[in-house]
Amino acid sequence: MHARHSDNGHNHPLGSEITSAHAHQNRRQMMQHLATGVAGAALASWASREALAQSDKALARPGKLAPLAARPSTLAGANTMEKPTTYADASTYNNFYEFGTDKADPAKNAHTLKTQPWSVEIEGLVKKPGRWDIEDLLKLSAMEERIYRMRCVEGWSMVIPWIGYSLSELIKRVEPQGSAKFVEFVTLADPKTMPFVGSRVLEWPYVEGLRLDEAMHPLTLLTFGMYGEILPNQNGAPIRLNVPWKYGFKNAKSIVKIRFVEKQPGTAWVKSASHEYGFYSNVNPNVDHPRWSQATERRIGEDGLLSKKRKTLMFNGYEAQVGQLYAGMDLKKNY
Amino acid sequence: MWRHPAAKPLLALLLAWPACWLLWAAFHDQLGPNPAEALIRQSGDWALRALCVALAVTPLRVITGQVLLMRFRRMLGVNVFVYAALHMLSYAWLDMGLDLEDIARDIAKRPFILVGFLALLVLSALVATSFNKAVRWLGTQRWQALHRSVYAVAALAVLHFYWMRAGKNNQTEVLIYGAILATLLGWRVWHWWRKRPRA
Repeated sequence: MHARHSDNGHNHPLGSEITSAHAHQNRRQMMQHLATGVAGAALASWASREALAQSDKALARPGKLAPLAARPSTLAGANTMEKPTTYADASTYNNFYEFGTDKADPAKNAHTLKTQPWSVEIEGLVKKPGRWDIEDLLKLSAMEERIYRMRCVEGWSMVIPWIGYSLSELIKRVEPQGSAKFVEFVTLADPKTMPFVGSRVLEWPYVEGLRLDEAMHPLTLLTFGMYGEILPNQNGAPIRLNVPWKYGFKNAKSIVKIRFVEKQPGTAWVKSASHEYGFYSNVNPNVDHPRWSQATERRIGEDGLLSKKRKTLMFNGYEAQVGQLYAGMDLKKNY
Repeated sequence: MWRHPAAKPLLALLLAWPACWLLWAAFHDQLGPNPAEALIRQSGDWALRALCVALAVTPLRVITGQVLLMRFRRMLGVNVFVYAALHMLSYAWLDMGLDLEDIARDIAKRPFILVGFLALLVLSALVATSFNKAVRWLGTQRWQALHRSVYAVAALAVLHFYWMRAGKNNQTEVLIYGAILATLLGWRVWHWWRKRPRA
């Protein structure tokens, strides 16, 4: 019962998330069943229903874009119980530097992005390289909805219901060669539709990368939609990445190339400021950014103006699922 | 017009306007998805703007010959402190939850915070000695020497802003404020050089 309260989900989200994943669509029903079985729990059930109503409201389809059907994920850790961020906040507070450096810019400017036709080139050390049309990628595996925490390196966070499937599904199809150790994600850099491509802020195209075992981890989500609909342009349409235990900038948006390579790829922020941003960029409250602490974060839309920031969790709360990927590694060195 | 009795109150209202708007907006959900960040950043922007305006008084007076502009210098100077203090308070409250130990540790740990904090400390000394009696207590020369440290505030403020933006190579605004403040200080150096007594 407790884990359903959005306000304290932060304190103990892990047990419930690890042991079983609940479909948010079923939450209201389950709650009602539970409530009717517990005598004298009227108040508790009312409070829970309030929390659920709020949560359901945040998860309701915004009705702005084409719907994208998905079943709730059953993967361990894939559905946080914390209250989702509203669609309005998640689609107007974005870092997508191709469309401007202010977080309000992408929502204003990304309407120029052309997401059709779209294809993703698979190249490098794979047995089956080739070009995949977005239509084929959409059909490659069953769509799942996953509610992930998203922690930005800047110290804010959101909770977003994404739609997609594990990147490993695609990787298995293209059969990496034994020499492939890393996966590089190259994103669109079209100066005609992206006004800030060419600015000196970063090197274009924006490139991100993962170790092959990180890319193969089932939580690494190849993402096509959010909130029951296809992705809005400003959130990285039509295809992006979500690696929930890493800082948000690792989630490459509007991907056009996935390259399998032997050596650790040079990624956008590492090339720009390697003393501030590392290749791994795992969420880690114990390793500060040179200019600010990473121990706490502000949850957009939820933490009130005057409330203290919440504590950031190791691996953004996904330690149980991904901790073993980094066993024996010095995470201070490999920030 | 500069002599009009309403000039000072009107100016005070004008200077207070951004602060009133920011505070109203912060508590009425008008600052976007991250109101705390918006409040911290915008109060910082206004502190820098206030500094540019305050440092423009003397050059404007000399260039235009409007001696009466000096009537407003103290108010414009105190205004810099007001916005810098609002900036610091927003950070201390919204980012650090007014936890003094956390704040002290943050200042010691992060050069860009330290630099901003130093700028505010200097500004506090200037505000504390901004009344007429302070000039008499200190003596004009000492008072002037102390208040020249506003140039250090300008340098610290630009450095603070530069460091804050350093990771993003996004220095356009930093360059604009830096150029304005450098021009205002450069004018003073040039003016002093021209007027220096010749042997």
